[in-house]
Amino acid sequence: MSAHGSHLIENPHEIGTTGLPHRKIMMWLFLASDCMFFGALISTYLIYRGRSIAGPTPEEIFDIPLTSTSSFVLLMSSYLMVLALAAIERNDLTKFRVYCLGTAFFGSIFLGFQVYEFTHFYHAGLTLHGSVFGSSFYVLTGTHGCHVAIGVLWLLALFFYSFTGGVTQRRALDVEIAGLYWHFVDIVWIVIFVAVYLLEYII
Amino acid sequence: MSSEEMHIEPAPEKGFFDNIFPRQVEPKGLIGWLTTIDHKRIGILYGVTALFWFLVGGLEALMIRIQLHTSDFRGFISAETYNSLFTMHGTTMIFLVVMPLAVAFFNYVMPLQIGARDVAFPRMNAFSYWMFLFASILLNISWFFGEAPHMSWVGYAPITEIQYTPGMAGEFWIIGLQLLGVASIVGSLNFITTIINMRAPGMTFMRMPVFSWMTLVTGFLIILAFPAITICLAELMFDRLFGTNFFQAAAGGLPILWQHLFWVFGHPEVYILILPPMGMVSEILPVFSRRPLFGYPLIVGSGIAIGLMGFTVWSHHMFTSGLGNIATAAFALTTMAIAVPTGVKIFNWIGTLYKGQLIMATPMLFSLGFIYQFMMGGFSGLMHANAVHDLQQHDSYFIVAHFHYVLIGGALFGTFAGLYYWFPKVTGRKLDEKFGKFVFWFLFVGFNLTFFPMHWLGLNGMPRRIYTYSPNMGWDTINMVCTFGALLMAVAVVVFFWDLFRTAKSGQVAGFDPWDARTVEWSIPNPPPVYNFKDTPQVKCLDDFWYAKYPETMVHDEDETMHPSDYVAADPAVHGHSHDDHGIHMPGGSWFPMFAALGFCIGGFGIVMHGFFIPDPVAAKSMSTLSILLREYWLAILGGLMGVASVFAWAMEPIGGYNIHFKEEDNK
Repeated sequence: MSAHGSHLIENPHEIGTTGLPHRKIMMWLFLASDCMFFGALISTYLIYRGRSIAGPTPEEIFDIPLTSTSSFVLLMSSYLMVLALAAIERNDLTKFRVYCLGTAFFGSIFLGFQVYEFTHFYHAGLTLHGSVFGSSFYVLTGTHGCHVAIGVLWLLALFFYSFTGGVTQRRALDVEIAGLYWHFVDIVWIVIFVAVYLLEYII
Repeated sequence: MSSEEMHIEPAPEKGFFDNIFPRQVEPKGLIGWLTTIDHKRIGILYGVTALFWFLVGGLEALMIRIQLHTSDFRGFISAETYNSLFTMHGTTMIFLVVMPLAVAFFNYVMPLQIGARDVAFPRMNAFSYWMFLFASILLNISWFFGEAPHMSWVGYAPITEIQYTPGMAGEFWIIGLQLLGVASIVGSLNFITTIINMRAPGMTFMRMPVFSWMTLVTGFLIILAFPAITICLAELMFDRLFGTNFFQAAAGGLPILWQHLFWVFGHPEVYILILPPMGMVSEILPVFSRRPLFGYPLIVGSGIAIGLMGFTVWSHHMFTSGLGNIATAAFALTTMAIAVPTGVKIFNWIGTLYKGQLIMATPMLFSLGFIYQFMMGGFSGLMHANAVHDLQQHDSYFIVAHFHYVLIGGALFGTFAGLYYWFPKVTGRKLDEKFGKFVFWFLFVGFNLTFFPMHWLGLNGMPRRIYTYSPNMGWDTINMVCTFGALLMAVAVVVFFWDLFRTAKSGQVAGFDPWDARTVEWSIPNPPPVYNFKDTPQVKCLDDFWYAKYPETMVHDEDETMHPSDYVAADPAVHGHSHDDHGIHMPGGSWFPMFAALGFCIGGFGIVMHGFFIPDPVAAKSMSTLSILLREYWLAILGGLMGVASVFAWAMEPIGGYNIHFKEEDNK
């Protein structure tokens, strides 16, 4: 590989007309597409709000302090993600591993909260087929949970890959792209948390 | 470029999986095609597959027309088969023919037009093709199960719900479309990145050929519109498989939500189908009028405007569903407004023809047919933009006439123009002009004979999707004319395919630049060498290749885009693409895009087949929910795991391939 191009990029062929790497542009485009996925799901949820014939209602089962805690954990994982990227850009592999694993761990805590919440709601009578609230709630938050789970797998893959010499300062872009995805999934959760949980106490 | 002038040196990198699935250094034979990541080969694969489905969809259409040729016609096909035929005809023609044919051109032509060596993500491009191929097979094997989808290509809930469409037909349709959507989105992410980031030095956006522009706009439409259908299909799938209530009115669900989500996708989809042929026609008209495209910035701008406005008109498909006056008025207005940029394009095309030296070759004939017929389709479209008219025309043959004018008369004629125009680029051989004119006139007369009378049928009240009608409706003669026209089109298609095979084998050799064309893809040999451009082209103006050939025709006026001083110097640090001491690096083939696509499609097939694996109710009583689900979806899970494993193997695979070194250092 020739020497020209940014020192953070291993392959100069990957830098294009705009001076940005292809993969970064594609990730932003994918996130735009993903916005539309969540847009359609959140619209479905909001349209079906208050249309359920059978209970339980959102107010009866939501536990805002609990979900706020899990949301806080997820947001803090974004902070760890930033630190992980900064570490690998400084070529600090040890710190990268700590923060990367930490991000995945915080993501897993969020997923654990979600499993607990789903189980709890199910026992409280909210099922996938019991009401439109159940259908739209589980499918929306479940889709988000799948995104988090894929992100956790991605981060774990990077963590293990770092022991084979696959994650280096010159390949920090790999981490940056995983980070873009991770931050996006976090931001979507803020929207979902507001539109699904907090909205019940506002309007 | 003869092989003596260059030598090939394999790249040393070898990965873990190279021992299990050996990779070719240079693509050769069948394995070369299966593992190919070359945009040109993938383009050909897309084109051939789409043309095969075109025959299948055409056969379905012929059977529909034979069934309808006279009143009270019984004994040919049953009403149920008829339902499957029109459903699969629509689904096939839209998702397996017109879209992938456009994608074939995106793949083959767009990278050449912008002066790139390949697309940004060659293996993802291969994944997109295999996904399309396997999904299209999945959708069509439903015929062999006797479960072909039969609820029309729009799949309106609640008819698609489990209580009205039991069996596998629903899953075949849902999963098939879902997987095709993945192929389209992945492909489009790739094309957009390629256009944004891989233009040759000097190829600013306003010097980019219109076809590449339309590729860009279409790409954005696909990545932003397909999520809507993905979500409504997913919701429907949950309704059918897991008993959710999204479209179950009895539990408070809203079937109308299906229509909204479907058409939020479905209307941009219409522009996804028509914008690429508009781009092709915008390339062809200037070449065969021997004039620059009239109003290039306006053509590009109106293409973008159509793309944006395409998202604001979806409810005009739903005027009869009782939206309320304000919504109806708003969508009627936006629908009429979208005719403005379309009209701008048509006037610009006419402006290009005006005072041109017209050469009536086959691509030109198809382009002119496109302009006329697309305009006709646009006029009837404007008529049902008027909601009051639409109430009368909704679900009648008037609508059938309208969208066939837009999709055959527009999209297909435009694509045929492109096929005739770029065929020499792909094969190095020119399709025969005599046969080309025969195909055009039979298709043109046959098409207008089939679909123009349908306007009358519609206004006289003949509804869509009926498999026969009573003799005293007075529709017999016109239907007979329509069927006759369809047979003429069939003759044209048969001759077209015969000519295609004949020419690809032993047609007239086209030579260099057979059309005296304007854009840079014609500045390289036909067919292009595997590396496309030996030296990255330096683009100085719009229609760069033309002005390189005929510098005296350059108009030195206030038109900025045509000034030689507009030259943007290449920055070798950024555009280090041309061959140097390292030679040209060609990436190696890969098995994993195909394996990943195969895995996901097997997974999809597993979901379709889940009904066969449901344990009987007595045995199920003693099982946990989880083990029932595992039994039911074992094939789906297995396929999914195969897909994910292939993606990981793909991510770890080194680039491989080979370097091409040229012995002589002369340019051209």
